[in-house]
Amino acid sequence: MTRECALLLPRVCAALADPRQPGSDDTCLEKLLDWFRDLAEFDPTMKLVEDNPCLTEFIASVLALPEPSPSILSFTLRLAGILAASENRFQHLQQEKLLVRLFGRDGPLNSAVWEDASVRSGWVEGVHSMMHHQPALHFLCNGGGIDVIFTLQGDPSLFVASAASQLLVHMLTLSVESETTKPPSTKDCHWPACAQMIIKRIEDSLQSSSASHIEWSLKLLTRLFGSCRATWTEVLWLGIAKQIESFLTEETVQAQHMLVNLLLNMARSPVFCDTEGNFWALVTSALEHLTPVQAGPLAVGILRLYKCPQDVRIQALTVLLQPMDCILRAASQPLEYAGLLDESVSDPIAVESLLSSKSSCASLLCQTLAHLEELLSLILLPVDLPYTSLLRSLMTILQFCNGFLSPASPLGSTISRILINCFRVQRSALDVLAALLERKRYDTLIGSLFDVLLAYLESPNTSPTVLKKTFQATAKCLVRLQELSYSNSQWQQAEKKILEDVFLVLQKRLCSPCWEVRDSSLEFLTVLIKYLRDKDEFRQSLLSSEVPRLTENLLEDPESYVRASAVFAVGQLAFITYFDPESPVIGNQYNKENTIAKLQEILSTDPEGFPRRAVIRVFTKWLREGCTGQLEDTEQFVSRVIQTVEHDLDWEVRLGALELVEVFCIHTICQLGLPKCPYAPVSSAVTSSIHQNEWLQIFCRAKLFSFLFRSLCDCDKPVGQKACKILLALRGNFYPISTLKDSQEAGDSPAGHGIAWLQRTLRQGSLAQNFPTDGGNGVDFQDPESMVLALGTIDLEELHDELNKSSDHVEKSPQSLLQDILATVGTIEENEADCY
Amino acid sequence: FFQYCLSGHPTLPCNVLKFKSTTIMLDCGLDMTSTLNFLPLPLVQSPRLSKLPGWVLKDGSTFLDKELKECSGHVFVDSVPEFCLPETELLDLSTVDVILISNYHCMMALPYITEYTGFTGTVYATEPTVQIGRLLMEELVNSIERVPKSQSASMWKNKEVQRLLPAPLKDAVEVSMWRKCYTMPEVNAALSKIQLVGYSQKIELFGAVQVTPLSSGYALGSSNWIIQSHYEKVSYVSGSSLLTTHPQPMDQASLKNSDVLILTGLTQIPTANPDGMVGEFCSNLAMTVRNGGNVLVPCYPSGVIYDLLECLYQYIDSAGLSNVPFYFISPVANSSLEFSQIFAEWLCHNKQTKVYLPEPPFPHAELIQTNKLKHYPSIHGDFSNDFKQPCVVFTGHPSLRFGDVVHFMELWGKSSLNTVIFTEPDFSYLDALAPYQPLAMKCVYCPIDTRLNFIQVSKLLKEVQPLHVVCPEQYTQPPPTQSHRTDLMIDCQPPPMSYRRAEVLTLPYKRRYEKIEIMPELADSLVPLEVKPGISLATVSAVLHTKDNKHVLQLPPKPPQPPASKKRKRVSDDVPECKPLKPLLSGSIPVDQFVQTLEK
Repeated sequence: MTRECALLLPRVCAALADPRQPGSDDTCLEKLLDWFRDLAEFDPTMKLVEDNPCLTEFIASVLALPEPSPSILSFTLRLAGILAASENRFQHLQQEKLLVRLFGRDGPLNSAVWEDASVRSGWVEGVHSMMHHQPALHFLCNGGGIDVIFTLQGDPSLFVASAASQLLVHMLTLSVESETTKPPSTKDCHWPACAQMIIKRIEDSLQSSSASHIEWSLKLLTRLFGSCRATWTEVLWLGIAKQIESFLTEETVQAQHMLVNLLLNMARSPVFCDTEGNFWALVTSALEHLTPVQAGPLAVGILRLYKCPQDVRIQALTVLLQPMDCILRAASQPLEYAGLLDESVSDPIAVESLLSSKSSCASLLCQTLAHLEELLSLILLPVDLPYTSLLRSLMTILQFCNGFLSPASPLGSTISRILINCFRVQRSALDVLAALLERKRYDTLIGSLFDVLLAYLESPNTSPTVLKKTFQATAKCLVRLQELSYSNSQWQQAEKKILEDVFLVLQKRLCSPCWEVRDSSLEFLTVLIKYLRDKDEFRQSLLSSEVPRLTENLLEDPESYVRASAVFAVGQLAFITYFDPESPVIGNQYNKENTIAKLQEILSTDPEGFPRRAVIRVFTKWLREGCTGQLEDTEQFVSRVIQTVEHDLDWEVRLGALELVEVFCIHTICQLGLPKCPYAPVSSAVTSSIHQNEWLQIFCRAKLFSFLFRSLCDCDKPVGQKACKILLALRGNFYPISTLKDSQEAGDSPAGHGIAWLQRTLRQGSLAQNFPTDGGNGVDFQDPESMVLALGTIDLEELHDELNKSSDHVEKSPQSLLQDILATVGTIEENEADCY
Repeated sequence: FFQYCLSGHPTLPCNVLKFKSTTIMLDCGLDMTSTLNFLPLPLVQSPRLSKLPGWVLKDGSTFLDKELKECSGHVFVDSVPEFCLPETELLDLSTVDVILISNYHCMMALPYITEYTGFTGTVYATEPTVQIGRLLMEELVNSIERVPKSQSASMWKNKEVQRLLPAPLKDAVEVSMWRKCYTMPEVNAALSKIQLVGYSQKIELFGAVQVTPLSSGYALGSSNWIIQSHYEKVSYVSGSSLLTTHPQPMDQASLKNSDVLILTGLTQIPTANPDGMVGEFCSNLAMTVRNGGNVLVPCYPSGVIYDLLECLYQYIDSAGLSNVPFYFISPVANSSLEFSQIFAEWLCHNKQTKVYLPEPPFPHAELIQTNKLKHYPSIHGDFSNDFKQPCVVFTGHPSLRFGDVVHFMELWGKSSLNTVIFTEPDFSYLDALAPYQPLAMKCVYCPIDTRLNFIQVSKLLKEVQPLHVVCPEQYTQPPPTQSHRTDLMIDCQPPPMSYRRAEVLTLPYKRRYEKIEIMPELADSLVPLEVKPGISLATVSAVLHTKDNKHVLQLPPKPPQPPASKKRKRVSDDVPECKPLKPLLSGSIPVDQFVQTLEK
């Protein structure tokens, strides 16, 4: 603790304990506690309380108040807990009789303030903080604290209830691990006293008839097995396993849903997952007995495990896929397709009844689909899914949802009736479809899949969000199709037809009156071009459709999001229409200069930020891919962009422009020769000065330096940081590290004066306001010599560090916090003075 | 309760309800799909149509070749288009007391009923219904009369001959009932029999029943009707909408507690969501115009067109279509656009509030002001001077058999740049296009039908809970083309009772009570005795007096006094003589007690 803080602290404590003060700002109190926690952890000795007797005085004075405010009392409880975390300070507070008055029977526990949830929460947190040593454990166990904590598990405040449960787990672990030299084992099951108290209560509540008591204990066990992986947990489990098993079969106790997380946490613990037999038998039994909705999360959790017996995994897969299997069976003639599952392992009655009820059908399907998506998103899937049947089932769901399928069975008719126009299911199914396509190549089904997707794309009833997801799935599908058609001419024909259909519908969607639809159509187009632009079939179909022209029209859309998406699409389109020398002959309608001029106009005049940011990103991409022509063209291009953007009000646009500058620098330096990587400093001081001159001249002509130096003082920090990074990289090219020191002294030349001014101004951070436009103050940003000098002279490292400090680094200090608290008190004192 | 079903068309109903002593006709819709069997009536001589070959029977007989022409494999009657009238033989229509009209589309057969059947009753309808109905009739008469056709085909209607014809002529029903269009004097005579009513206005019919129109939310002035007596309530729901479009929203609450609910006029395209279709309409329109093509929208001069113009008003600027002219061509275009602006009280809340600003409720006023929308009575005259392409033309008739639309189909049909967008759901677009084949023009089907769909109906029925539902048979099964869509039918308990053309239904409801009033003097004389807790009985001796379907119990006349004078005697002549009243017994006899008493 600094001296200043130590001086401020007594006044702060006095102010906080003053009942006349209004309730202090909660965030201040939280910050204060964070600070104390850091101090207490850093030094567990008595120093903190000895040096600052005001702390114990504060606790005592709060306790002395007849009616302390709940927030201050809660703060005090937590502060005492933090202080008591070390054994020394615990003893000290005990001697002062503070702890017993705070946490014992006669404390807030039995007073009216206990009604306030913040006090209860403070009590639990305080106890939790101090629970690091045996004296604390005994203090609480002997004082009857365990009962209080058990009761708090049912607290109306969820925060308190959860903290209480967490505390019990912590205490149990602490007791077992600190109070015995040898933890209990299956052979020697002797628990330390405190642990014994907790375990006894867990066992009692599991056997009680109270649903809430059972729920608390199950939650507690779930937490325990989730956080503690010690072998003694198995001993604990053996004592309660039978009881818990009975919950699965007994209908009187509604505890099934609680078991899922418990079993999953256990399955993840090495203590249980390696055991043969009993535990996994319980999991299998749970998969059988839980309802499909309850069993789903358990099944997906199990399928994510790498250590799991194969038969349990198959059982879990059966549970998870059962709704999908039912869908497939309900839609098709018997024996037309094999279902997803072997009939002998699945009993579909429960799932069928859920699927044929209006209230549960959509939610069961959405849950199953969400689980499937979760599984498919795993990089390594420990289980092999029946991909083809799964895809068929998804297609069936999608067809049910748009009413295109006439089902053969009565169950099918019922499901179809429920699902027609159900957007929720459509969205989930399309998400899974996209994930599935990411994972697997389908040869045989891709044709019919396109039929389903096209029906969605074409239907006016498709909602904008569903349409967006359909576009995403279609894009993935088209990429897959392209891979297929490389190898097979039959697919080439199919691809041509599909592309024509897709562009036809895209054309219409680009004219939609709903802006979301136009927007997602443009996004779709952008993705397509990105992945398929090298494919001849694709380019021909695209260029022979109206899509490119409609896309350019949308640069003038009234909706800014759409304009931004149109900019991206046009940016991608340019790779096919202008930049590709092999591009098929196209009419005058696609004019490169026109397009660039249009984009530049958006950059300089569009009233919204999104389209302008989009333009900058497109330009950067063009530059990165070397599409902006020869170096001279590029130089002019970059210069024009910089001048347009310099005064842009949107910092992301300015940052984007700096990225463009960075790419330009790399591009120029690479094109003009050594060194290959611009960020590697040149090896010796005698690097070819000719090259340097050339780069320098280009950068100066393009007005790069004035933009970079101005950006150093940008009011938005990321811009300054980026500019600094670029300047540092550039300097690396001119000044090898070894030569830097010598050249940091600016000479007496006129240029030198200017640089000195620049340096001063940069330190004050005021360049942006006073930036010399006409070379005033002696800095000529277009003069290569001055710029080399500036790069060498200005301490960019210092600027860099300064910029990297967070903007609240001053306000965040403990001293500032203490002053803040006092300042609020100060106003009260002043007001008091006014009263007199 | 009887219902005579005179029309088989579910959205153009014509039913007659016999209820108590009244005979009430509910709507008189005119089924115009019959016109699809006829050749179009071109405004200017069409070489293509006049050169169509006559139809020859399989055996080579050519006697029908003047009446029937063949075009792209379809056979059409070359004659003035005719309409299929409601059934007239099922009951004597001169006995109909009143006709209740629910919306302007459902009154197109009115002149045939009022002018040809000896009808002497009254027609009830709201003001917008009458005014816009008049416009529709005027347009219809005008478009047929201005292209006089000398020839009238009737030979093909002969039952023996009809059997030999190809489908769909072979299967056309009731061809003998098909009639040519009525004339303007007949329209005027029919409309003069209409009495205007307002929403929730109660109209007494002969003291027996009360009828009330309620807003149905479908079109300007469209109504559902409640027909009720003291103890029975029949609701007639025809052409209703729950969507927020221009008309006043639907009044659902008043339909509650109906004994019978007759449900007609649901959406004809249950799979097409109107919002999606409007989007589709706009997209296709913009796409065509941007490609330099023209757009033709065959439509009625009132109704959905107002909503379409409103959508376009918001859309054209954003879609960069500000320079594209929109033409609305109809003999009643001007009146339609102007009428819509003056029926403020019949509009939805949003539009009503505009009137107080004051602003025109519909934005088409601004489109007209800014010259983006222009309207003309016909293609002749001013229009030919102003006509610029590419453009968008709204014109009738949606059947493509008469009206200015025929001209544009002939003009634009050859170019694939142009598009015809069908928005009216009344006609099959493929049948409408048949006589124009082969056609290069693009065709887009965006039927916009804002009437109730089956999901909305099931919600409505759950809400209002009628005891019985009666509906056309089409609503009790999935559409024939989508037999698996069991969601596209009415699902309620008890299952609805269905009807078809020319059927007489006995409605499943028996009248059990009649209201009788007791005169106060008589009521004073009653001495109720409590026979069970809460139930008191009194014997009444009175005279039942019935007049205008109202029943009143009056005091019985006093026992005749000995005649005092001649004058008095004459007065007492009017009332029947009554003997002194005997005590009356009621309930079952307590046998034991009775026997004991006898024994005594």
